[in-house]
Amino acid sequence: MAYSKKVIDHYNNPRNVGSLDKQDDSVGTGLVGAPECGDVMKLQIRVEDDHIVDAKFKTFGCGSAIASSSLATEWVKGKTLDEAMEIRNVDIVEELSLPPVKIHCSVLAEDAIKTAINDYKSKHGQAG
Amino acid sequence: MKTPIYLDNHATTRVDPRVVEAMLPHFTEDFGNAASRNHAFGWVAEEAVEQAREQVAALIGAGAKEVVFTSGATESDNAALVGVAEFYKEKGDHIITATIEHKAVLDTCQMLEQRGFRVTYLEVDEKGSIDLEQLEAAITDKTTLISLMAANNEIGTLHPLKEIGAIARKHGVLFHCDATQGVGHQKIDVEEMNIDLASYTAHKIYGPKGIGALYVRRRKPRVRITPIIYGGGHERGIRSGTLNVPGIVGFGKAAELMLADGPTENQRIRALRDRLREGITREIDFVYLNGHAEFRHPGNLNLSFAFVEGESMLMGIDDIAVSSGSACTSASLEPSYVLRALGVGDDLAHSSIRFGVGRFNTEEEIDHTIRRVVETVSRLRDMSPLYELAQEGVDIKSIQWNAH
Repeated sequence: MAYSKKVIDHYNNPRNVGSLDKQDDSVGTGLVGAPECGDVMKLQIRVEDDHIVDAKFKTFGCGSAIASSSLATEWVKGKTLDEAMEIRNVDIVEELSLPPVKIHCSVLAEDAIKTAINDYKSKHGQAG
Repeated sequence: MKTPIYLDNHATTRVDPRVVEAMLPHFTEDFGNAASRNHAFGWVAEEAVEQAREQVAALIGAGAKEVVFTSGATESDNAALVGVAEFYKEKGDHIITATIEHKAVLDTCQMLEQRGFRVTYLEVDEKGSIDLEQLEAAITDKTTLISLMAANNEIGTLHPLKEIGAIARKHGVLFHCDATQGVGHQKIDVEEMNIDLASYTAHKIYGPKGIGALYVRRRKPRVRITPIIYGGGHERGIRSGTLNVPGIVGFGKAAELMLADGPTENQRIRALRDRLREGITREIDFVYLNGHAEFRHPGNLNLSFAFVEGESMLMGIDDIAVSSGSACTSASLEPSYVLRALGVGDDLAHSSIRFGVGRFNTEEEIDHTIRRVVETVSRLRDMSPLYELAQEGVDIKSIQWNAH
């Protein structure tokens, strides 16, 4: 299967690989997917004044899954929590030119963002 | 050293230049139809076909008259299974095969089940081996055929052909062997192993694509099959259609080279394969061998790299041509059914890579591959949340994952 240039670029130069301290109150963690399905994403955000000031990811999955999560960390940085909640998987599909069989990678990335935000909110007594 | 490096010799092989040379005149000068009985073009073609038939037969210890040319091993498997099932249906309606056979056998068996035949699929152990007692116990007075492969195309595990043949003979059941991967890479002798039908193809032994053979035993017992292709009665009525003369000549040459050089060549290939395995496992941990450690195709290495997904591995080692059992590399989005049958967890099936070493690989290529695999696995593990969890001592199986 041929990959788009953007997928290859994110795969070769993934943005924001790493981990934040999940115990830290300012950090929200989203761990989504399942090993037996062939993809697991961990996306973490650091929040200050309702803004996402940092984001990190680690992904077990195909090149498109790695690219989707790498792109997701780029996009959430600098956004408010509400703005980040607006990111849709179709935007990721379009940006990375994902073929139909890889759409689930973008769905997983959207899930990861939302799960991380909800984790942060639940730490601060807000409904997820 | 030229890249990309080809290490996918179970998928297909490069045609040996000596094979190409043997084929060439049959496209241009000697292009006749082997069925043309009344002029020199036909006679030359027929003579070339009959010489090749002897070479192809010799590779498995068969007689030339027992070899029928087909379009490839998939057709041979279809012809054997359907042909025996149909011809012997008055005697019985039961076939025995195994869960890890090639789809050319399994899909044909499924079709036969829809036509009312019954099929037993033998389970395999974690190395891909069948249990001979289970095989014998599965035989009934309605069983007409046992179909088991020589070497598995994904994990390389060999079935014990001689023992299977003895059991089949003892019960008066025919034995079909899909020898596609095994032929030339392990000893296959239809007499010693009591094989009654065998499928094989040129393109796995450095010959051209589009030409295969079906061995059909002629005596003790004389095996009969109902044809699946009609139209002209070529190949003694078993397989109609104008013979692919250049392909057949190439198959013959490839078989001749295999018969002469196979034993030495397989030692060299096995040594390269072992070098690859040792080089990789020396450098990285959590690497698991799929299939049998010793009783295995000499060129086959199937490894699961825990915490790393197969397709992302392939993307990382993009100057090396290999294949993966990961769902992401298949059209079905299901991981390899062969690895599943071995009881390899889906997570490790997604992490599997099949290396197929062959005639044209060099030590330099193997060493380059080791370096690239080690680099890529390390890089991908650094970004794998599963590896991180494992390093923290978390048992991945203890986590409640949301399967999607």
